[in-house]
Amino acid sequence: MTVANEFVSRTDATGRPYQPARLSGPAGIAWRYWVVGFILVLMPVAANSFVLFQIFGWAFILGMIALSLMFLGGYGGMVSLSQMAVAGLAAYMMAVFGSSGVTQISLGWPWWLTVPVAIIIAVIFGTITGALAVRTEGIYTIMITLAIATAFFYFVRQNYTIFNGYNGFNQVLPPQLFGVDWRQPIPIYYLTLAFAVLAYFLVVYVARTPFGLALQGVRDNPRRMAALGFNVTAHRIAAYAFASFIAAVAGILLVWLNAQVSPGTVAIGPAIDILVIAVIGGMRHPIGPFIGALIFVTIRTFALDILVSVGIPGERFQLLVGLTFLAIVFWSPDGILGLWPRVRRWLVSASSLTGSTSEEGR
Amino acid sequence: MSTFVQRHPVWSLVIFLVVAIFIWAIFAAWPPGLESVIGKKKVFLNSLFNGITLGALYFLVASGFTLIFGLMKNVNLAHGSLYMVGGYIGYGVAITTGWWVLSFIVAFIVVAAIGVVLQYAVFRRMEGEDLRQTLVTIGISIVLADLMLWIMGGNTFQILAPSWLGGPMTLPLVTAVKSSGEPVYMTYPIVRLVILLGAIAIGVLMWLALNRTRIGMLIRAGVDDRDMLSATGVRIQRVFVLVFAFGAGLAGLAGVVGGTFQSVAPGEDTRFLLASLVVVIVGGMGSIPGAALGALIIGLAEQFGSVYFPTYSVVLTFLIMVLVLAFRPQGIFGRTR
Repeated sequence: MTVANEFVSRTDATGRPYQPARLSGPAGIAWRYWVVGFILVLMPVAANSFVLFQIFGWAFILGMIALSLMFLGGYGGMVSLSQMAVAGLAAYMMAVFGSSGVTQISLGWPWWLTVPVAIIIAVIFGTITGALAVRTEGIYTIMITLAIATAFFYFVRQNYTIFNGYNGFNQVLPPQLFGVDWRQPIPIYYLTLAFAVLAYFLVVYVARTPFGLALQGVRDNPRRMAALGFNVTAHRIAAYAFASFIAAVAGILLVWLNAQVSPGTVAIGPAIDILVIAVIGGMRHPIGPFIGALIFVTIRTFALDILVSVGIPGERFQLLVGLTFLAIVFWSPDGILGLWPRVRRWLVSASSLTGSTSEEGR
Repeated sequence: MSTFVQRHPVWSLVIFLVVAIFIWAIFAAWPPGLESVIGKKKVFLNSLFNGITLGALYFLVASGFTLIFGLMKNVNLAHGSLYMVGGYIGYGVAITTGWWVLSFIVAFIVVAAIGVVLQYAVFRRMEGEDLRQTLVTIGISIVLADLMLWIMGGNTFQILAPSWLGGPMTLPLVTAVKSSGEPVYMTYPIVRLVILLGAIAIGVLMWLALNRTRIGMLIRAGVDDRDMLSATGVRIQRVFVLVFAFGAGLAGLAGVVGGTFQSVAPGEDTRFLLASLVVVIVGGMGSIPGAALGALIIGLAEQFGSVYFPTYSVVLTFLIMVLVLAFRPQGIFGRTR
């Protein structure tokens, strides 16, 4: 299969090849979008199916959930640990209303009905969570959302009538749309890529809308915004609703990628992993969560090889992730994204001994 | 007390009625009609006592958490890990030396030392940066949990209480009346009662230390206004280290208690972290009486929930938290700042 052939056929199949680039036309787009876009679209040529499925599929989905946290944390100043629970609820709803291996619970609705219902239920849950969490501020938000996420985990583990308790659901498969088996590595790569890109540009767009700007104002000074006539609480709850929508879409992709959902999906560990991903990547810009997710998934996948090569048993992956997380929080609170300005400043100061500021104006 | 009654007559009446019903239910022999509706009195009394002792355990964990938060305004999300470290250390000491009491002392000292290291190495470096401190403690809890899993494996350990504390004890509470008219009294494990008394003693001592001593005065002043206190010449960093060590030590102590009447196993750290979070949210952040009341409520809710509606016991706990947040976001004893 030639490069060109691969490229053309895959973009036709998904119908959505790197849409934003095509929408805006070639002119006026920063070079980095072109480079990243080409690399991502042409990735299936170079990478094998394991990398596409296990690394990029996971990274896009976890990146989307972390993106919803980044939206709340970076633009709203509210760090929520319940985003994984929202995504997990959407995944569970796909299994409950759609079809799964547990036929006595699953209702077997068609996918075009199940998807909106799952998103709506998850968004309602996320909005109620937000309405509770915004009654408090700062650190309290983390604690309350952590408590809600944990309670959700114990609830789904104990409830057998809806959530099938300890076992959860298996064989939750994506629909065979356009005659494509969406669980094959290349289709699911493009599916998750498309939604990740959509979510990314949606967040970039919403951050620039009046709502997004007001939200950032609320983050910086809620009292002043209230004095200006903005309803602070309503803005915060709306931010939770929007973040829940992204998390819910990611949850649906997650259950399709995984083909199963169980209490382990929404346990405390995964909920904290989302925060780890967002912090590793950086909460300043929507690209951060995706970088963080890629690093996280890569560490998780290759932890065995890394640890064994330095003589530590391979199952100590959490230790590696925890230490990486600690190192980043200690030395670069803005994550990987925060390192870039530092490196550039260092490079500039190293090259220009005269202290000329002409470099800064770019 | 009297001002509370004057200000909230309806709530006082509700609280009074609930307490009266409870006291009647504890001491009176139940009529047969009631037993047919909600089950045997023995079950009720057992879950009541289990709830109170569980509340005592929660109080030990949560009081350290709330004390640290109240003074230093940092949320130590590694508190559950400290609890588990204490449990494992207590188990190790109890197994090697055979002294149950010694395991409390060693666990307290070692975990307090870990607390001192945490305060010096982590919290002091990022004072005032709430979010960063929280993130660091999450990272520490991930690392500690995995280290403990590595060292101790995934097994469940139970710390055995000494033989003089083993066995049940008869309490002067009637659970049922036999057909011959002879009353049946309730029996309950001695070790749990001892732990309950110990927790109450620690709570009272803490209250006395906070309200009647010089260091307690400093701590209370620090809770109210930290900057002003340090401006008056108090070496506030020493107070911080002391409080952090004490709070962490209490978590270690609670680990031994939890390991004795439940067990130590991976995953307990998050369970107790969640419990302390809910307890302090319900009771009010930074308040010791609040932690006591919250722990009692949550312990009772968990036990009664698991007996009378087993599937949804977690939801009951959660519902209490939601109700408190909805009507009193700062917690029952919390103060608005």
